[in-house]
Amino acid sequence: MDKTTLPTPVANADSRPYWEAARERRLVIRKCNACGELHFMPRHLCPVCWSDRLEWVDAKGTGSVHSFTVIRRASDPAFAPLVPYAVALIDLDEGPRMMANILGANALAVKIGDRVQVTFEDRGDGAMLPQFNTVAA
Amino acid sequence: MKTPTSLKNKIAIVGVGESDIGKVPHMTGLGLNAQAAKRALDDSGLKVSDIDGVLTAYSFTEPYFMLGSVLCEYLGVKPRFNASVISGGASPAVMLKHAAEAIVSGQAETILVCAGENRATGLTREAALSALLAVGHPYFEQPYGGSIPGYYAMIAQRHMHVYGTTREQMAQVAVNTRAHALMHPSAHMKKPLALQEVLDAKPIADPLGMLDCCLISDAGGAFIVTSAERARDLKAKPVYLQGIGEYHTHEHLMCAPSLTEFGATESGRTAYEMAGLGPQDIDVAQLYDCFTIVPIIELEELGFCQRGEGGAFFSEGHARIGGKLPVNTHGGMLSHAHAGAAGGLFGIVEAVRQLRGGLGERQVQGAEVALVHNEGGILSSHCTLILANDKG
Repeated sequence: MDKTTLPTPVANADSRPYWEAARERRLVIRKCNACGELHFMPRHLCPVCWSDRLEWVDAKGTGSVHSFTVIRRASDPAFAPLVPYAVALIDLDEGPRMMANILGANALAVKIGDRVQVTFEDRGDGAMLPQFNTVAA
Repeated sequence: MKTPTSLKNKIAIVGVGESDIGKVPHMTGLGLNAQAAKRALDDSGLKVSDIDGVLTAYSFTEPYFMLGSVLCEYLGVKPRFNASVISGGASPAVMLKHAAEAIVSGQAETILVCAGENRATGLTREAALSALLAVGHPYFEQPYGGSIPGYYAMIAQRHMHVYGTTREQMAQVAVNTRAHALMHPSAHMKKPLALQEVLDAKPIADPLGMLDCCLISDAGGAFIVTSAERARDLKAKPVYLQGIGEYHTHEHLMCAPSLTEFGATESGRTAYEMAGLGPQDIDVAQLYDCFTIVPIIELEELGFCQRGEGGAFFSEGHARIGGKLPVNTHGGMLSHAHAGAAGGLFGIVEAVRQLRGGLGERQVQGAEVALVHNEGGILSSHCTLILANDKG
């Protein structure tokens, strides 16, 4: 179905580079140059050591499913036509955890531990949302 | 870590009240609060002029900016201590802590704590769901179409994966609380519930079905807190605060440090230490049960069983009235009522009633010490309290 009726990513001062990278089909995450920790979601300070010496680094876009659910009844009416669909927490291979949908023909067969690869979903006007497909281990 | 100043035996709950519960279309949310407050005040034998502090939480159906002030205005009370506390479902227990601290430090002597809203009839189902949707992170969760049941479902899925917890064990939580609700005169749900019905209910977010999810009710709850000294001369049998602790680890699920270990362990540890008690001393527990997986996790976190044994604790009947540790003797949020912060507040009301005694078939025999756990967000904010019918 047409996904451009779904919520469009909103960029703000914390996240603009994240969404701009997504438009170029790149997944980027925050790295602290003081303590070396990577984190998700983007913010002004490192949540571990409070340094503001942060940079953006490219993630490989690979990871595994930490947990998931198949939504059978959507809270947001915009998602009702998509039901059933999978929402998952993804452990990126770099360490940070993020939320996304599992897409693809076998999305509803997703399991904890499944290997995933990032993909990008067009939400209109070139706005791209990082999403994941399961891949063979 | 610094040990907090002990609040043990410094304050008591001296009055409790519940509004009419269920679908109450002829009353506003503020009206439900007022009705519960009046019933709590009558229960205590105090006069409205004795109230010099008021705490309340939040309301989706009547989303006033300064709800604390608005409620005081509605009630005609001019307190010297007032706040609106927004820790989600943890708010009632957190409010009790703030009330205790205010009384001990002399900021107020007698505090009304109340919460509730007309969530069943005060707004459309779509509007209520849409308000609740705001629990997800606006930029990094909401664009993926999650939902509150969906976020808890991911926690349930992980618990099943790591510990082998089963759908049947979760369903048993709903069956247990319904059996307890049938013994409560004003519980929202009064129809007996069988295990198979829970398993067959409409799926919401795998592995959770409709009957794994809490109710949406019109309801308000209230309690009155005062100094232990003052409590001695009042009409109602005082119930003393023995220990209380809170702990906050995240707000959004994607930032939770773990999907199997949450902040209840730490909030519980603080409460137990203050009380000088342990899980073995608790006679009855009122645990937050917005979804069936939650009290299973809380039993484990609060030390009532080992990790991974919470599901069996329910399915083996230990959480029933008459069992090892009766849990949610009023029917919890799954069967008694849930309306915003009133949901967890009813756990406090029920704990007080159990400790006063005389509840008939619902009474836990020999109940002297009760534990209440409130959590808010997606198992994000935690507050545990321990109450007793005597100074230990």
